[in-house]
Amino acid sequence: MESQKKTFWHYFKKRRMAVGGLTLILITFLIAGLAFFLAPYDPGKTEVSMKLKAPSFQHLLGTDQLGRDIFSRMLYGSRISLSVGFVAVGISIFIGVLVGALAGYYGRWIDSLLMRFVDTMLCFPSFFLILAVVALLGPSIFNIMVVIGVTSWMGTSRFVRAEFLSLRERDFTQAARALGVKDSRIIFRHILPNALAPVFVTATLKVASAILIEAGLSFLGFGVQPPAPSWGNILTEGRTYIFDAWWLTVFPGLAILITVLSFNLLGEGVRDALDPRLRGRR
Amino acid sequence: MVSFLLKKLFQLFITLIGISIISWVVITQAPGSPIALTMDPKVSPIIIEQMMKNYDLDKPIYQQYTLWLKKLFTGKLYSFKDGRPVLEKIEERIWNTLLLNLVATIIIFSLAIPLGIFSAKRQYSFLDNLGTFGAYLGISAPGFWLAYLLILGTVELFGYPVLGMRSFVTEDFTTTEIVMDRIWHLMLPSIILAIGGIAGLSRYTRSSMLEVVRQDYVRTAKAKGLSEETVYYKHALRNALLPIITIFGFLIPDLIGGSIIMETVFAWPGIGRLSYQAVLARDYPVVMTILTISAVLTLIGNFIADILYGIADPRIRYQ
Repeated sequence: MESQKKTFWHYFKKRRMAVGGLTLILITFLIAGLAFFLAPYDPGKTEVSMKLKAPSFQHLLGTDQLGRDIFSRMLYGSRISLSVGFVAVGISIFIGVLVGALAGYYGRWIDSLLMRFVDTMLCFPSFFLILAVVALLGPSIFNIMVVIGVTSWMGTSRFVRAEFLSLRERDFTQAARALGVKDSRIIFRHILPNALAPVFVTATLKVASAILIEAGLSFLGFGVQPPAPSWGNILTEGRTYIFDAWWLTVFPGLAILITVLSFNLLGEGVRDALDPRLRGRR
Repeated sequence: MVSFLLKKLFQLFITLIGISIISWVVITQAPGSPIALTMDPKVSPIIIEQMMKNYDLDKPIYQQYTLWLKKLFTGKLYSFKDGRPVLEKIEERIWNTLLLNLVATIIIFSLAIPLGIFSAKRQYSFLDNLGTFGAYLGISAPGFWLAYLLILGTVELFGYPVLGMRSFVTEDFTTTEIVMDRIWHLMLPSIILAIGGIAGLSRYTRSSMLEVVRQDYVRTAKAKGLSEETVYYKHALRNALLPIITIFGFLIPDLIGGSIIMETVFAWPGIGRLSYQAVLARDYPVVMTILTISAVLTLIGNFIADILYGIADPRIRYQ
């Protein structure tokens, strides 16, 4: 295990874009954690005399239509975007692993039933489904996380199932079964740890897409609701003033782009570093 | 081949039933659904009565579902908003969306595949790395943000309107100008809609190509002295493109999801904008129908892709 980790780091370090992604993610985390400390202004404080001011030393990224400091709002917004991403992905991975493990381990009718369900869920245009359900339930940050989570687990369960199908035939599983180990223990203690690496990769990529989905929902008015600042709703409120105050549109968009990009680069980098066929190449 | 087809058809049928059940359950049984609305004193009694009738809420639950299904197929589902048949509303919008998505799909395939081949051929060159980074940017940028930047850019640059399907004042336009105007209004949304697809598909083509190039039969072809071009475009490319058939089916839900945002940004009168308006107005019959239709379209797309793949690659049929 120890040497596996070493090999992984050895190959991961060579992927400069992935290392860059990881660094940016850590910085974003730091910003989210220290937002209270770093923000020069109260993100909710309005000052009408200062409305729609261009970026300056006083207001690094300018101010919005209510005179709120965009830099401070974006610092706080990072918390919302990141927490939506992580909680949604947590839910999605949990369901995905559970469904995939059950289908792959037990096979037969359980497998057929669960996989038909997966096929069915995959047919729905996920963004529209999420939009419709969030609109029904009411757009709160909790609903958004849950709905993104329960509509995005299918890919995970497909490949977890595939891993289980091959791992359950392996000698160590057969041995555990022969010793009379309980199914639940075989699934979670013996097989699952062997299938975790690709789960981590998809989780990283899914955080990226969850952040994008929240931004898309915000754009349609069903994201995290103002006055709570999320990158998506700062951007959405700003688009009305796009021709007068470009900074309201450009900066939050850039923040989303950079964060999503970092998660994508990290995920792909980890995938490549884990794949023996791709090792030795950059 | 026949047993392969039968198996796929059976799966198709089961999935079809699953789709209808999920669409129905999600919209009618969720909290905040029409049923919950009937308990809300703020909703006018006329709407409640209309809803009770529309969903047969006084009947047992399994009958509610079958009656909904029957109404869906016979076109007897009516919009809450204006009382018009849902299918009629969808029909007048769907062609605009298909046009937009068709153009986007053409852009995706005609750009992504050559780009992917080019990248694979010069693996790890400067241009390949640039392509990789560009592709990551493409899948990481929020589409509506790119759309606004593009609108900002083009309007500042050309000063020509970009929203809608055509310009408002077209009376004094010549035929050529009208055609050009239409194409101009079509291009911007389709390009933005295509960006994610281009990024994804070009990477897919690249890795598929790299996989194939390392196969034994490619080495054999090189060893027997065939030219680089023949090996690349005749032996490798055909095999590399095979799995791309299956991508075709998966493009549909992404495009529909993207259409909602792009059509709203560009004020394009299509299904995406209709579904957003329906969500805003809580027009459940419209939302449910569009959800069901798009899922069925995806299913059919995947089915066709599966069959084509089975025809093209015999290995798939015997799995």
